[in-house]
Amino acid sequence: MINPKQALKTALKSLGANKLRSFLTILGIVIGVGAIVLIVSLGDAAKTIILQQIEGLGSKTIAVLPGREPKGPTDVAQIFSDSLKKRDLDALTKKGAIPNLSKIMPIVFGGESASYKNETYRFTLMGVTDLITDIFNLSLEEGTFFSDDDIKNKASVVILGHKVAEELFNGFSPIGKKIKIKNRSFQVIGTLPKKGQVSFFNFDDVVLVPYTTAQQYIFGIKHFHRLFVAADTEENVDQVAQDIKRVLRISHDITDPEKDDFFVHTQKDIVERFGIITNVLTLFLTAIAAISLVVGGIGIMNIMLVSVTERTREIGLRKAIGATNYDIMFQFLLEAVILTVIGGIIGIFISVSLSFLITVVLNQTVAIGWKFTFPLQANIIALLVSASVGFIFGLYPAQQAAKKDPIEALRYE
Amino acid sequence: MPLIEVKNLEKVFYTDGVQTRALNKISLIIEEGEFVAIMGPSGSGKSTLLHILGFLDRQTSGQYLFEGKSFEDYTEKELAKIRNQKIGFVFQAFFLLPRLNVLENVKMPLIYSPIPEAQHDNLAKQVIATVGLSHRMFQDSSRLSGGEKQRVAIARALVNNPKVIFADEPTGNLDSKSGETIIEILKNLNEKRGHTIILITHEPKIAERAKRIVQIKDGRIDSDKYLKKS
Repeated sequence: MINPKQALKTALKSLGANKLRSFLTILGIVIGVGAIVLIVSLGDAAKTIILQQIEGLGSKTIAVLPGREPKGPTDVAQIFSDSLKKRDLDALTKKGAIPNLSKIMPIVFGGESASYKNETYRFTLMGVTDLITDIFNLSLEEGTFFSDDDIKNKASVVILGHKVAEELFNGFSPIGKKIKIKNRSFQVIGTLPKKGQVSFFNFDDVVLVPYTTAQQYIFGIKHFHRLFVAADTEENVDQVAQDIKRVLRISHDITDPEKDDFFVHTQKDIVERFGIITNVLTLFLTAIAAISLVVGGIGIMNIMLVSVTERTREIGLRKAIGATNYDIMFQFLLEAVILTVIGGIIGIFISVSLSFLITVVLNQTVAIGWKFTFPLQANIIALLVSASVGFIFGLYPAQQAAKKDPIEALRYE
Repeated sequence: MPLIEVKNLEKVFYTDGVQTRALNKISLIIEEGEFVAIMGPSGSGKSTLLHILGFLDRQTSGQYLFEGKSFEDYTEKELAKIRNQKIGFVFQAFFLLPRLNVLENVKMPLIYSPIPEAQHDNLAKQVIATVGLSHRMFQDSSRLSGGEKQRVAIARALVNNPKVIFADEPTGNLDSKSGETIIEILKNLNEKRGHTIILITHEPKIAERAKRIVQIKDGRIDSDKYLKKS
């Protein structure tokens, strides 16, 4: 019986005799494995980035959103519901209503533009309280933050994001100057330092005003887009979230939780939900890529069957000089597995290079801190999968080879 | 115990429902060390007989004993082992693998044998020297002349030092000079090294070089005579 080392030599020699054909045969596997590894490594990197964004919120923070929790595409409109109002804020902040609540901040936001002299600039306007500095870990570059009185009095004061200040004032200090938003004059009392993207908001491109001011003079609404609540400690986050739901249900006269017209997210919820979404997405894309592996496997089977027919005389000869059926089967199976493993290695190499290239390009163009990852586990799995594809699709041709009658095989022209 | 013992051997082929009797009650005994030429017109069943003797094919009825045992006494693996170590085949069409060189072709039976790989090169080189092709060792086998190819095939049959060599019209594709060389090599193997040779041919000049000639006609033994040694 043939030893594995000899079998390997024999198989490599046979494949080497047909280099172009061998290469074309493994293309399907190269593409399949490459696609899977690329999807997994890009998916991992995207996941890391988005998780960082979510974690930027702070682990003590709870977000309360209006409307029913979106369970499908048709529910998206619910996000724009106006169910969170001043009375909810009062109910939540009432003494003793939520014992572990530390701070609460309503927020309204939307696209706006402002002008100063001849300059006009578009940005995201956020109506907030000073709690925003805690939640998003912000500090001021210049000036002061608005006070509780400013909020109470709906004062016309603004804090400019770094880029907004630069665009409107071309490098001069904007403190004390007046800008126009919606034909109303606002005094600049502070600026933010260069900060970049934090948790889905680009704070270089925002203008902060007291939420009361934003509601009345800019958006003309009475509801809030979000409520951000800070729990006193991380351990109490879940308890506070429960309390918020209880208080809001009373405030909204809701007895059946199924009919909630608001929903509460803790950072943990978002991370979990997001994890499910990305996992489903990765699985879905991987399933599509797996189809190309199956197609590649069928290609391998096809070519191996051709090869078995072409080498009928070789098979006959090998049997005549002492090869067992097992030897013949092993040889052809080994050829199929070598083909797919080589295909897998090339696929991994290409996808890792592509992933690296994408990292470089992304970091140069959008600078979002995309990290290159080498998904070792995914690569090992990809290699094992390609070996199994070779085994599964090589089995039938190898059996056909082993079954050949030596006399028939030697007579074959 | 004779090396080869055949009793009432029959082989029937069925093609598209038509029955062809290739071998009809053949009985034959061949002792170790003999040099037998089996002669007969084409279609007489001589190749079929050789295939059965070499365990490449099975009889329909009758008995074939190789060293006292029939194929039923062996598993598929054991039959492969016998083909590998006790039997060497030489075919009319050579059957060398074109993408391998002479040395690699000759080594091929060794990879299916228990002989350690370290000895393969040496064993192969020895038998290549026996057939006088040492100078062609690393040449691609597809670039040899017909006579040289058949000498490589003989070396390949010899490399496991088999008891018996079955040669199926080994000179059939060769000119008379190359054929002469081949038959001389076989004769030498029989006389000097004691290999049993069973040779199929339809050329009387070739058959005359053997020690015994068995004539087959229509699947039966027509005559069986020993030649006087000169």
